[in-house]
Amino acid sequence: MVQQTFEGEVLTEPVVVEREFETVDMNINIGPQHPATHGVFRMVLTVDGEIVKDAIPYIGYMHRGGEKLSENLDYRGALGYQDRTDYLAAFNSEWVYVNAVERLAGIEIPERAEYIRLILAEFNRILSHFMFMGAFGTDVGYFGTAFTWTFKERERIQDLFEAVCGDRIMYNYFRVGGLAWEPHETFIEDSHWVLDQVEIGIGDVDELMTNNEVFVARCRDIGAMTADEAIAYGVTGPMLRASGVPFDLRVDEPYSIYDRFHWEIPVGERGDVYDRYLVRLEEMRQSVTILRQALDQMPTSGPIEPERMPARLRPEPGEIYMRQENPRGEYGIYMVSDGTDKPWRVKMRSPCFHNLSSLKPQVINTYLADAVVALGSIDIVLCEVDR
Amino acid sequence: MVLSEFAGVSMPDWIDALLRVIFIVALMTIVAFALIYLERKILARFQARVGPTRTGPIGTLQSIADALKLVTKEDVRPITADRWAFELAPYMAFVPVFLVFVPMPFTETWFIRDLNLGLLFVFGVLGLNIVGVVMAAWGSDNKYALLGGVRAAAQAISYEIPMLLIIVAVVMVAAGRLAVDGDASAAGSINAIVGDQTTTPYILLQPLGFFIFIVGMLAELHRPPFDMPIAESEVVGGYFVEYSGMRWGMFFLAEYTALFLLVVLASSLFLGGWNWPFGADVGLGLQIVLTFVKTSVMIVLVIGSRALFPRLRIDQLMSFSWKVLLPFAIVQVIANGIILAYGGADWVVGLVSFALLVALSGLVYYIMRRKQGEGTRTVQTTPATPRVITAPEVTPVEAGGD
Repeated sequence: MVQQTFEGEVLTEPVVVEREFETVDMNINIGPQHPATHGVFRMVLTVDGEIVKDAIPYIGYMHRGGEKLSENLDYRGALGYQDRTDYLAAFNSEWVYVNAVERLAGIEIPERAEYIRLILAEFNRILSHFMFMGAFGTDVGYFGTAFTWTFKERERIQDLFEAVCGDRIMYNYFRVGGLAWEPHETFIEDSHWVLDQVEIGIGDVDELMTNNEVFVARCRDIGAMTADEAIAYGVTGPMLRASGVPFDLRVDEPYSIYDRFHWEIPVGERGDVYDRYLVRLEEMRQSVTILRQALDQMPTSGPIEPERMPARLRPEPGEIYMRQENPRGEYGIYMVSDGTDKPWRVKMRSPCFHNLSSLKPQVINTYLADAVVALGSIDIVLCEVDR
Repeated sequence: MVLSEFAGVSMPDWIDALLRVIFIVALMTIVAFALIYLERKILARFQARVGPTRTGPIGTLQSIADALKLVTKEDVRPITADRWAFELAPYMAFVPVFLVFVPMPFTETWFIRDLNLGLLFVFGVLGLNIVGVVMAAWGSDNKYALLGGVRAAAQAISYEIPMLLIIVAVVMVAAGRLAVDGDASAAGSINAIVGDQTTTPYILLQPLGFFIFIVGMLAELHRPPFDMPIAESEVVGGYFVEYSGMRWGMFFLAEYTALFLLVVLASSLFLGGWNWPFGADVGLGLQIVLTFVKTSVMIVLVIGSRALFPRLRIDQLMSFSWKVLLPFAIVQVIANGIILAYGGADWVVGLVSFALLVALSGLVYYIMRRKQGEGTRTVQTTPATPRVITAPEVTPVEAGGD
């Protein structure tokens, strides 16, 4: 047998090519444009068939230098950037920043403003968790049903926020020392009505998802994390509580007026995706409890800002680390004042960044579909991760 | 439907055949359009929306608008795609589905051909559908498409086996009943099976069969909870991710035609097709209405499953087919064989099948509740008692300048 190569050489010997059918692992890009990634998160998965062998997460597509920008503005001006970090829980993020500045400058705020802040922040927690339920439902494979049902409720809360502060997402309503203006007259009645509706909505989500056999099959024992692992990765918020650690800054490092209410911390057992879902579901119910008490206790009239506020805020030189429980975990602001009207250093500690760092061990050696579910259960907001 | 008789004129066979082909293609396109509209409307109701409202009266022309958009869109072929596989795949997926309409009975006399082995023909030809899907997946040169195509192939193979076994069980029952009239050999014809259900729909005789058929049907159609081949949140769209314009539209059309087809088949095999339930002879007009009522009910069921179920994982889907459905289907066939061999009455067949269905549901329920775990439904709570307040205090530092 004579074979001819491409160069025209004639080979007299037959060339037998021994071929082993090796399989090659395939790299798959999930993101930054992919229906499953929340925001512009990108992860490169190395898959062997359907099994994920390696995962490399990439972040930074949304980096805007929010910390540095805050340092170039005075203490009040940087408030708008806080809305734009965790845009699903903007009130909570604003609240941390405002609290940090107030403690740094030693400003006392009136009780009524404190109540309104707390009410809005807790509403925002419910809103954020609704968003999680919807997006997570889509990740697990509900064709939009979970999404539309939760968005129906989310819309009610947004309507309330719009009535209070005129905006639906970027509120910019809290001020150093109090609030921007009085909430509308029927604020308390509206809140009660929204709460009633939202409670029904939580029940609907519960009935749609919690006991669905397919949902359980997809979520149970996926991405399980023990308490030690969770703590080692710096995971906070519902993810940490799902792993069995009853750590909630509202209780463990009380700020504002949370010590006036009776409520409970939901804690998971296995730390898997299903527990994270259950913890968030129960947290929404607990937020409703807090809100009902807060609305009953809230003084109906009174000032919402201190009588005298300095025209230019110049805190004494010093530093502060203020941290609060956001829907996604511990959101912290570290701030250093050098006595001028601009902070010398602002550092944001975002919960999603730390929670996201625990993704890799969760997805390796699982199925591709599980990787998507595990990512969804972290409930990331990329604006907050990248800042 | 014998057109030449229906129209009252005699015509050559080839014109007759051509007219039937045109009739089926036209009818199925209209049905697919109607189904797409219905799906959007019903799904919207499930999801607290209203669905399309702007195109035509209550949005009824939405499908036509969509089709116009698809036809006028640019047909993009990726530069690295395998040209022939990519361009032929839609036809490969599309043609078998339309071929399968040959033995489908819509009324007692309206069908194209009463094939003696109609059931075999249906599943034999419908199985070719998957070749088109795999061609599309491979030809697209896209990783998501490849994953989706492989998933679709695995799924089609796993779910056709229990489905076919259950068809065997149904044919056994039909043969047993038809043998009374002395014509057991006709049991492979869909028409004969429907004709036998004048008094007893087979859902009463084979409830397990009905269940397995519905599950297999959902898997065959890539419908939730078995829609991994086209799972948007995982493989973005699966095998047709690279398709655009009318080529994509053909996949879409094939999907909805297959939905209608399998629903007609299910209603013919299990719900008595054109028959009025439990006897009573009805005319041609009512037969059409009955066929469409039964298929519509099942279509709503299929669409509802899309709204209310998340998606299984691929290994869970496979193990459900091979470890649960297949053994039960085999047991059903054996049970039917034993009962019919000893001349058991119809109610015995029905009872055994129902017992098997209860066992299957109980098994799945038990496994899933065990997996869900005890006591996790109510999450353990610890009362929120404030601890020692360690509020962050301002600590003066030597703040450096810039």
